[in-house]
Amino acid sequence: MPKAAIDSTVVKHQRTLYEKVWDAHVVSHEPGSPAILYIDLHLVHEVTSPQAFQGLRDRGIGVRRPDRTQATMDHSIPTRDQALPILDAIAAKQVEQLRINCREFGVPLADLGDQAQGIVHVIGPELGLTRPGITVVCGDSHTSTHGAFGALAFGIGTTEVEHVLATQCLLQNRSKTCEVRFSGLPAAGVTAKDLILALISKIGIGGGTGYVFEYTGEAIRALSMEGRMTVCNMSIEGGARAGMVAPDDATFEFLADKPRSPKGADWDAAVARWRDLPTDEGAVYDRVVHLDASRLEPMVTWGTNPGMGVAISQPVPEPNGDLGVRKALDYMNIQPGKPLLGQPVDVVFIGSCTNSRISDLREAARLLQGRKVSPGVRMLVVPGSEQVRAQAEAEGLADVFRQAGADWRAAGCSMCIAMNGDQLNAGQYCVSTSNRNFEGRQGKGGRTLLASPLTAAASAIQGAVADPRRFV
Amino acid sequence: MQPVSSFRGKVVPLPVTDVDTDQIIPARFLKTIEKLGLGGNLFNDWRFLPDGSPNRDFVLNQPRAEGASILLAGDNFGCGSSREHAPWALLGFGFRAVVSTSFADIFRNNCLKNGLLPIQVDGATHSRLFQLAEDDHPLVLTVDLASQELRLPDGSTVRFPIDRFSKQCLLEGGDQLSYIQQRMDVIVAYERSSPNLLSTVA
Repeated sequence: MPKAAIDSTVVKHQRTLYEKVWDAHVVSHEPGSPAILYIDLHLVHEVTSPQAFQGLRDRGIGVRRPDRTQATMDHSIPTRDQALPILDAIAAKQVEQLRINCREFGVPLADLGDQAQGIVHVIGPELGLTRPGITVVCGDSHTSTHGAFGALAFGIGTTEVEHVLATQCLLQNRSKTCEVRFSGLPAAGVTAKDLILALISKIGIGGGTGYVFEYTGEAIRALSMEGRMTVCNMSIEGGARAGMVAPDDATFEFLADKPRSPKGADWDAAVARWRDLPTDEGAVYDRVVHLDASRLEPMVTWGTNPGMGVAISQPVPEPNGDLGVRKALDYMNIQPGKPLLGQPVDVVFIGSCTNSRISDLREAARLLQGRKVSPGVRMLVVPGSEQVRAQAEAEGLADVFRQAGADWRAAGCSMCIAMNGDQLNAGQYCVSTSNRNFEGRQGKGGRTLLASPLTAAASAIQGAVADPRRFV
Repeated sequence: MQPVSSFRGKVVPLPVTDVDTDQIIPARFLKTIEKLGLGGNLFNDWRFLPDGSPNRDFVLNQPRAEGASILLAGDNFGCGSSREHAPWALLGFGFRAVVSTSFADIFRNNCLKNGLLPIQVDGATHSRLFQLAEDDHPLVLTVDLASQELRLPDGSTVRFPIDRFSKQCLLEGGDQLSYIQQRMDVIVAYERSSPNLLSTVA
């Protein structure tokens, strides 16, 4: 046998971050079957869980690990006065059903009025439940958010929610890996949201299907944990079920004081383990995508999927025979061939699991300080969690929003998914910090332009799509 | 889940790419706590005009959709949210298979767990099927899961991929949860060997 071949049997296989987390969670893997993957943390909300709990009831079984399960309510709940009864009878029933299910099965619930309540992907990290190297699932495609900590986190359907409730495991096939490298540093006014919108515009919304993204490069390292969450959050909009960032000192600093983070010697041991998670030098990804962050501008979408975006100074593309583009332009009633700058807007929404954290609100407030929302524009600012709401009020951000003429709300998904009455009217244009601009997503007939909190705030002041670099 | 095997079905063409789950079933219909009864809201905002009347221009409101069980859709079908309400709504309407060149990962998983077949074909086959479906006569295809074949009216066949495990579960109407439950001893052993301090209650 040649020497090289002998050596290769003793050299430790170089692995990516994804492969390390995957390998550590495979309970068993029989030939011809998917692996049984262990799930460390299962997050639950009111919309995708009722049928799963009913499934347990029908089978006469319980939740196997309530201590690895955390429920909250976020999608269907009002954001106006959460102490009042929910007027929508069907939503009220769904919310009440989650309470019943959590009581019956012993699952911890961050209920309305609880300090820990909020959008499920905002509260996981806040509580210190999300951490490096773990597996996280939730019946929600934006579970990819938690990958910012170096966790393997992805959305699942309700049948799979039932599987995890029943066994704490999931049947899974291994994904391919894709490194998404952002080299260089973005210019002032270009944020995490712009990085991810630029990626999705480049690869398309199906571009990451079958892959797990790992975000690397100088621009990612320079992001706060909240910025990394914004990037990972929209991995699914690029078709990837999960997106990950290798943990570093910023990760550990964020987690150090969180309520459920390990303490004392346990913390030190955990950090030591987490330092082994980053992708080994020489490990090979199945695919590499590269973007130069220093060349990016603020991004805004013009169409009906998150891949239909342009740099804010650039013209909206011509359809050139593409029926999908034509259909999107017709729905949006937007003219191709010129930039969106100056496009009048009716509503500005700052919120959602993408951009509702304290740093997002600080950025928006920085622009709105001493300025007014343009007359005729309705601006809604919805904090991601009760904790973010309290902090924003303590820091005076809520006052900035109110004085500017914006509507300051309680925590929830709100107008991102428009299940709770916060919605657009048909034909309205909305600059939104959320993640999806699909037809009708924010209300039937509504037209969504996805952008960063900075761009949203600038557009609210201008009453039209505006370049935030003019304000910062 | 009922076993899935071989069936003949009428095809409805929906030549739209990147159909997201918000179109398949808009979020406002997700407030239900049931799985059944969602077929009436399938493609709700394309199917119904603002006054609630059927949109006659939409294919599901046309005679060729009557009794159809195969949806022929554009590329990247089912992108967006993880809502299992999407396959529940498609099944509720009467579909048993969706044919496309590609499916979003979570949607594909959700389909396979509910007995809705995601049939992936190459671009050339996809175009040919759309051509056949545009003819006046309704296009009827035979889907044979056991042989993983789509049979066309001219007798030709096209093979489609499906992983062995899902195929077996579909053919037997098997329950994937019981597969995991039968390996509980391995799961317990895993938990013992991998102590983890994470707790949502401590």
